Amino acid sequence: MNGLIDGLSGLALLAGVFFMLVGSAGLLRMPDFYTRMHAAGITDTLGAGLVLLGLMLQGGWTLVTVKLLLILAFLWLTSPTASHALVRAALSDPGNPRPLLHPHLPSSSTEITAR
Amino acid sequence: MLRALGLWLVCFGLWLLLSGYFDVPLLLTFGVLSCTLVVFIAWRVEKLDPEEQRLRPKIGPQIILYWPWLLWQIVLANLDVAKRILNPQLPISPTMITLKPTQHSEMGRVIYANSITLTPGTVTTFLSEGVLEVHALTREAAESLLEGDMDRRVAALERRKT
Repeated sequence: MNGLIDGLSGLALLAGVFFMLVGSAGLLRMPDFYTRMHAAGITDTLGAGLVLLGLMLQGGWTLVTVKLLLILAFLWLTSPTASHALVRAALSDPGNPRPLLHPHLPSSSTEITAR
Repeated sequence: MLRALGLWLVCFGLWLLLSGYFDVPLLLTFGVLSCTLVVFIAWRVEKLDPEEQRLRPKIGPQIILYWPWLLWQIVLANLDVAKRILNPQLPISPTMITLKPTQHSEMGRVIYANSITLTPGTVTTFLSEGVLEVHALTREAAESLLEGDMDRRVAALERRKT
């Protein structure tokens, strides 16, 4: 049983590290600030989530796991707020570069924002 | 009064979980005192806050069922974005769209906007009464938001207007 838990925990940690690496690669590959935000999103949702899950499996039913759960809850509440604040700040200054947009926008879109 | 007691219980529960001290009377006393101070300050601050009404929960217990669904959507979106990053062609199609959220409470709209941002591939760039602007990494992600599945699910969480 302990071996199984250790195995699952190791797997979750490895997968978490993998997604963090992919997120970092995306940060470098994406063409502009706005698309880079999406790549960074991978590191703090699935990347951090899987790493914390791996650590929770190591912690077992203890207070450590409760604290890790709280870290996850706060992280998932605050990181979208921070992303939103960053994007909104970037868009609010007309001197900043506008998002690079794909030429074919969805037809059902009510309004196309090309500011 | 009931609200203050509830806040105090939440604070002290959090204090117990984070400190891990259950049997050291001196430290427990400090915990009780600091929680009481926090509740007192919160009460003082709320007297000045005209938006106090809005802090009352407008979200029903169905949110317990919403979280696993959101978690699954986050996993799916993560895999999609990860695949696109690892694809040498980098098949992205950044799109900006405007949505009309159907939630009637501010809390509902914030939950919707936060869920959109938490899902990789979509970030809320602007939020106001009836308008929500989203920057999406791909057209597919933008189109799935326009279908409004998430919007309906968040609207279903809200308590009916009283």
